[in-house]
Amino acid sequence: MRINPRLTDKVVRGGLTFQALFTVGILVLIVAVIFVKGFPYVTAEFIFSYPQDMGRLGGIFPSVVGTVFLGLLSIAFATPLGVGTAIYLTEYTKESSLTRIIRFGVESLAGIPSIIYGLFGFIFFVIKLKLGWSLLSGTLTVSIMVLPTIIRTSEEAIKSVPKNLRMVSFSLAATKWETVTRVILPSAAPGILTGIMLSIGRAVSETAAVIFTMGSSLRLPTSIMDSGRTMAVHFYILAREGISMEKAYATAVILVCSILIINIAAYYLMHKMIARYS
Amino acid sequence: MAGTKIRVRDLLVSYGAKEALSGIDLDIYENHVVGLMGPSASGKSSFISVINGMINFEDGARVRGKIRIDGFGELSGRHDHVALRKKVGTVFALPIPLPRSIYENVVFGAKLKGVPRSELNELTEVCLKKACLWDEVKNRLSESALKLSGGQQQRLCLARTLALRPEIILLDEPCSGLDPISTAKIEEALSELKRDHTIILVSNNTKQIARASDFVAFFYMGRLIEFGPTERVFTNPEDKMTDDYIRGKFG
Repeated sequence: MRINPRLTDKVVRGGLTFQALFTVGILVLIVAVIFVKGFPYVTAEFIFSYPQDMGRLGGIFPSVVGTVFLGLLSIAFATPLGVGTAIYLTEYTKESSLTRIIRFGVESLAGIPSIIYGLFGFIFFVIKLKLGWSLLSGTLTVSIMVLPTIIRTSEEAIKSVPKNLRMVSFSLAATKWETVTRVILPSAAPGILTGIMLSIGRAVSETAAVIFTMGSSLRLPTSIMDSGRTMAVHFYILAREGISMEKAYATAVILVCSILIINIAAYYLMHKMIARYS
Repeated sequence: MAGTKIRVRDLLVSYGAKEALSGIDLDIYENHVVGLMGPSASGKSSFISVINGMINFEDGARVRGKIRIDGFGELSGRHDHVALRKKVGTVFALPIPLPRSIYENVVFGAKLKGVPRSELNELTEVCLKKACLWDEVKNRLSESALKLSGGQQQRLCLARTLALRPEIILLDEPCSGLDPISTAKIEEALSELKRDHTIILVSNNTKQIARASDFVAFFYMGRLIEFGPTERVFTNPEDKMTDDYIRGKFG
């Protein structure tokens, strides 16, 4: 029996629409639960005051500071390294066994569970290099963790820059490096930025790797050698040890909101960049 | 007779086992337009990419023979490509503006070359005028180059090449995607440009070669079949194949 093609079309369209809505629905549900449970406890004072009694009372200011610095510093470490690797792989080498090995390594790095990064960071940065539980140890560990994301997204973005533009740049007497910095990177910037944003999201929401390397001190970190507690870790400890579910959810609200703000800012920046170069 | 700007002797270009050009001897005179014509795969574009060094980006390409460019020296494959391309500018078949403003497109190469900032505005005007584009864009230099029409984009590409003040300009079928009016504007620009530049114009269009060039070289299957003053070649070709090609019997 022949299936009516128009009916098939309708069913497929309906099914796909449902799937798309379902995905968005889950996101909305998660955000809604967190907001309903946490939003009543969010005040300016909560954000800007110090925690008391293990976080049962008071605010989360040190965690906000710790999270911001961990996010920014990780990106500051990982971006040059990751984008550099991507440039090397796409522009400075031909496909060979070497590039395949590097790519395989990068992909393997992406597949390692974050707790393993945590243990590695603990053994290597905290103990071996004697950096202790510190913002620096945490930053270095998280940088390595987000490196694969940055490399892969940058590589894809660079590859999608039309080959013609490289030719034009060379024909106008640009060197390879000038071509990379003035033609390829500006065109690839939106894609690279996406990778950076994903990485910031991962860095600020990471718990396992951070607890092992940055520790969970509730004091305000004032140097990169200080221990600290990110919002994600704070949430985890408050909830895990049953200290205060209200404060835990309120922390989650701040965390989710900051990720949202970062994404919106990145989106805005990306559009400005695209507008400038097209 | 003007001096020889490019002297090519026994040029052979091959991609793997396939020969794209062989046994090419050709002298290109200074301050003239030399047209290269021939059917597709006749080796015209390979010739161009040897002169501007772009052939090195092709996988498996091999070049043999002697090419001497007056004021630069012998091409060797190991020569300084950046220095070569300051002397030899190229306009490609398809207009490919950089995704920037019109102004930034024109000054791209000049900036890299180190032309002082204070001279860039004047340079932009001069080059756009030479490319017969100035009047159309003078009030919107900061707009994106991608907003221009195809014909305007191609003239922008010419202006951008001129901003490097090259001695030689290679045009690889620059009008293949353009309408007759844009084509006429490019040809108009060329007739002025040859006073200061040596120009090699590749075209599939024999009429364009007849109109715009002073000398013409006819390539077929990787060989140079005939070379001479355009008027002589078009009225009294020495080779039967040239005659057939001009008459449109093949190609």
